[in-house]
Amino acid sequence: MNLVGSFFRSSIGRKILMAVTGVILIGFVIGHLVGNLQIFSHPDHINGYAQFLHQLGPLLWVARIGLIVAVVVHIWAATVLTLENKAARGSNYGFKHTIQATLASRAMRWTGYIVLAFLIYHLAHFTLGAAQSATFKDNLKSYVLTADYRVAGFPVVNAGTKVADVYSMVILGFQSPIVAVFYIIAVGLLSLHLLHGIDSLFQTLGLRSNKWSGCLRKVAIVFCLAYFVGNLAIPGAVLAGKLSPQSAKISAPAQR
Amino acid sequence: MVAASSTKSISVTLRVWRQSGPKELGQFKDYSAKDLNPNMSFLEMLDVVNDELTARGEEPIAFAHDCREGICGTCSLTINGKPHGPGKGIATCQTYMRSFHDGDIIVVEPFRAAAFPLIKDLVVDRTSFDKIMQAGGFITARAGSAPEANGLPVPKGDADRAMDAAQCIGCGACVAACKNASAMLFVSAKVGHLGLLPQGQAERDRRVLAMVNTMDEEGFGNCTNQYECSAACPKTISHDFIARLNRDYLSASLRSAFRPEAASTGGGGA
Repeated sequence: MNLVGSFFRSSIGRKILMAVTGVILIGFVIGHLVGNLQIFSHPDHINGYAQFLHQLGPLLWVARIGLIVAVVVHIWAATVLTLENKAARGSNYGFKHTIQATLASRAMRWTGYIVLAFLIYHLAHFTLGAAQSATFKDNLKSYVLTADYRVAGFPVVNAGTKVADVYSMVILGFQSPIVAVFYIIAVGLLSLHLLHGIDSLFQTLGLRSNKWSGCLRKVAIVFCLAYFVGNLAIPGAVLAGKLSPQSAKISAPAQR
Repeated sequence: MVAASSTKSISVTLRVWRQSGPKELGQFKDYSAKDLNPNMSFLEMLDVVNDELTARGEEPIAFAHDCREGICGTCSLTINGKPHGPGKGIATCQTYMRSFHDGDIIVVEPFRAAAFPLIKDLVVDRTSFDKIMQAGGFITARAGSAPEANGLPVPKGDADRAMDAAQCIGCGACVAACKNASAMLFVSAKVGHLGLLPQGQAERDRRVLAMVNTMDEEGFGNCTNQYECSAACPKTISHDFIARLNRDYLSASLRSAFRPEAASTGGGGA
């Protein structure tokens, strides 16, 4: 088998594809969360950040296409492997028993389905404006930056630039309790997915052993909890009324 | 581990998978096993039940067994959902009736995997393991008599790990326990024990590629890193060998993709 064949056709090759695309997607969700946590700062930050990302132009599309490819390969590999796994059992056991497989590992398929459904809604909501379009950034009053947005000390978006009001879009979006709760459930399940995913990818890439598997597990648990709490904070703060959109802010400046 | 000794006799109900042939429909059938000596092994208990069945003119329960001391890998059985029964690090032949309680219903099934086709009742055909071994689970060299022990230095740690892997008796419990009927623990043990020793280095890449390829062809599932295999293994072989197999497979694939071939074996030319 040639190299491409061994990655796409062999069992271990497909698992390596799962692991590598998983690493890419974990990297993305970390960056995405860190970027979004700027919502707890002045609206200049997240709005300037969003403008900065859009200014990347072709680079933004390189990243987007890379992520789409990673998602597609991840789902393709998961589907093919799962179908093979079902066929490999043949007839099912009459007495079903689990010795030590974790809940997270056994729920991978279901957490995956729900995270995918959430991903589609999330893109429709915040990227495409197909869901909750009344509060989509293009339909909101634009925001004028009061200070330069800086990346690594360099101003990348200047003060006075009219930008999309992502700050208000996010807050208005999460003021719908159904959307916020769905978001919280989905990131919770994503955290559970990542708990097994992180452990699993080190094993698949051959980097896990009894010398540090306990440590790896603890790091994965702490990471997943931190990831969940970080994601919970945004809709949580909106539901608790700690964050309010621009329009409300202008009328009640004392809130900040 | 083996359950503590006991003297109180017990009676249990066996719910056994009966299937008269590969093409026939199978079903569970209940048999009562009464007044059992708790220190008889699970297989001895089946012998007793079979004696009674034979005396009644019924077809005895077919099950695989040979050495009955945990080293041949012939006995199988999934007992209450766990291959080789409730104990850790033992085979079915080392499982004693004292591991169960009086009045228990014990569900006895074959190792279920498409790659292990059922022959009869609890007996499955594990030839697919032999095919994996034939693909590369050996060293292509004249073995002869044992060489001078100091001629080929092996670090103690490597030797110990190689022996851990070499404990594999090829019973197939890893496949039976795996949620996906994957043979990764078996293959990783076989690849691992040769790959850790100097004698195994010459064919290390060819071996891992060929054995994984055969494993895939035989219709085993794919590992999802849930470690049911190592928990069910009668030799408690660690899933760390699976990580090692993954690493070996990756590096062997990369190397073999770029390594030139000799002109005599089809390489050369442009």
